Amino acid sequence: MSKAKKTETQPAGDLDLSIYREETGEHPPLDDLSQLSPEDRQVLLMTGVDPSGKERSGSFFQKDHSVIHCQTDFDGAEIMSATVAREKYDGLTEYWGKIVPPDKDVYTKRAEEHQEHGYYIRSLPGANVHYPLQACLYLTEDKLAQDVHNIIIAEEGSNLNIITGCATAPGVRSGLHVGISEFFVKKGATVSFTMIHNWAEEMAVRPRSAVIVEEGGTFISNYICLVPAKNLQMYPAATLKGKGAIATFNSVLLARPGSFMDVGSRIILQGEGCRGEVISRVVSTGGTVIARGHLVGETPGIRAHLECKGLLLSDKGRIHAIPELEGKTSDLEMSHEAAVGKIAQEEVEYLMARGLSEQEATALIIKGFLSLDIVGLPADLKKELERMIVETDTEAM
Amino acid sequence: MKNGLLLEVKDLRVSIGKKDILKGVNLSIEKGEVHAIFGPNGSGKTTLLNAMMGFAGYTVKGKIIFGGKDITHLPVNERARMGIGMSFQRPPAIRGVKLRKLIEISAKGNGKFLEGYAKGLNLVDFLEREVNVGFSGGEIKRAELLQLILQNPDLVFLDEPESGVDLENIALIGEYTNHLLGRQREPNKEKTMKELYREKKKSGLIITHTGHILDYVNVDVGYILMQGRIACQANPRDMLHTIRECGFGECFRCFRGETTSVKSQKD
Repeated sequence: MSKAKKTETQPAGDLDLSIYREETGEHPPLDDLSQLSPEDRQVLLMTGVDPSGKERSGSFFQKDHSVIHCQTDFDGAEIMSATVAREKYDGLTEYWGKIVPPDKDVYTKRAEEHQEHGYYIRSLPGANVHYPLQACLYLTEDKLAQDVHNIIIAEEGSNLNIITGCATAPGVRSGLHVGISEFFVKKGATVSFTMIHNWAEEMAVRPRSAVIVEEGGTFISNYICLVPAKNLQMYPAATLKGKGAIATFNSVLLARPGSFMDVGSRIILQGEGCRGEVISRVVSTGGTVIARGHLVGETPGIRAHLECKGLLLSDKGRIHAIPELEGKTSDLEMSHEAAVGKIAQEEVEYLMARGLSEQEATALIIKGFLSLDIVGLPADLKKELERMIVETDTEAM
Repeated sequence: MKNGLLLEVKDLRVSIGKKDILKGVNLSIEKGEVHAIFGPNGSGKTTLLNAMMGFAGYTVKGKIIFGGKDITHLPVNERARMGIGMSFQRPPAIRGVKLRKLIEISAKGNGKFLEGYAKGLNLVDFLEREVNVGFSGGEIKRAELLQLILQNPDLVFLDEPESGVDLENIALIGEYTNHLLGRQREPNKEKTMKELYREKKKSGLIITHTGHILDYVNVDVGYILMQGRIACQANPRDMLHTIRECGFGECFRCFRGETTSVKSQKD
């Protein structure tokens, strides 16, 4: 492979995994996340995880290879280590490895071999988990590999709201995170899943997620990554099996210099009257983003839309939008809209005519473009995310 | 009745690339006065407003003096802060930014009046919508007025404030344009004309193609802009009458120094 080629699409399996350590010691359990150090608590807050547990139905906290905290006082949901859940529920054979097969790629294979916990979240039939359950996967040692396997089950008619934050402790620069996530959204259930990445800049990250949505079920994913990520590659897929199932993927990415993000979402529409939507908003201030999207229509009457929008704020950055539509039957409606460009001068001047400085105008446009108005984000986090966006703009100028 | 000069434009020459659009425009607006500019398409009306507002893409020569200060080369936002506002003919949509949010930023201390004016302009629901996204012609103009009233500039540029507005909305637009310009149309028996004139503090420059807005807003001075120059300065109603009757053909003839046309279209 020539040097020039190397910055092109990187296939899975491109990482040198030998530089990461597999083993580490156990951490002692914590009764309460508020016992964490102020530095750790700050990182958690900026990852969407509130250490006070306020307005949360329950919390799961995994530090390196140890689940050090896990609790819920809500009767309608379970949250525990996936390893513990397998012991408790006969290996979770109905779910484990069913939609992300271990032999899918080198990462799923290694996650199967080296798996240390991950979370198991299940909402009981008809339960309404209004306040989100929060889960945090935290890495505190340099060059450590963290391999987790998550199982999320929303039973019939239930409503499940989850915020997952993945982060590294202050001082950690590099590491490997491989996370398998398998989602089962049963008949009439709704899952709203928000994932925030707050990794150290040298991290290599390989989430591997798949979702099954049954009749009348809804799956909504919000993915936010505003921090530099040296090497992030993910392509979660939702299969809409049942009649009238719905899936929406929203991604908000900010690629700073040195970032490489290859992020896509795929929806396979199999059930009658299914609907799907993939929306990604990408800003590059010098990093590379490959924004993918793939809709597969397999049944007449389905409707789906794909939207990839990129703002390129630096000549050094690169945004490569790859929207794909695949129709396998007649009588379906799938569309896409992709645009990559700079901020429109006309918009900046319009806001300047209202008295905003050029910088304020640009920041407001970028904030609007990335639309962080996601329900359930803690106010502090939203403020912090907005601050990061304003900073971005300054560095791009 | 003079309150002092607010805006003075001297020998303004504006080009886009190699194309000269304005070829030496002179005009001055007193405090409290509202002027209107008529002119055929492509005569440079919007360019004139854009250049005075300071938008990029124009090479500007000459002088623009506002409140005694030379603003010819100031950035847009500084002109706005000094007290110049503009209603855009076709403003851009700002995705993800709610109208309420934008106004809260631009209105500064006047934010408390937002709900009242939004109600008056039938825009209450629009406050929670993204700025200009999916707005109709009339909604755009009303939203521009709402933003400007709260921004409260001393000098307002209005670029075709009635274009795309249906008949139902034009009266409302007219009413609030008067409000923006600090003008009441109803006679006031308590005060003399002299006193009323002295109270007028807001100035405006309206660009209009059709002139409909003049049915609602009293304008003090009218200009015809033609081929990049002010061809004529006169009473705006007389001017509009001529344009409505004869079109701009009459102005062209006059501009070229030919004898006036024989008859109006009615004959």
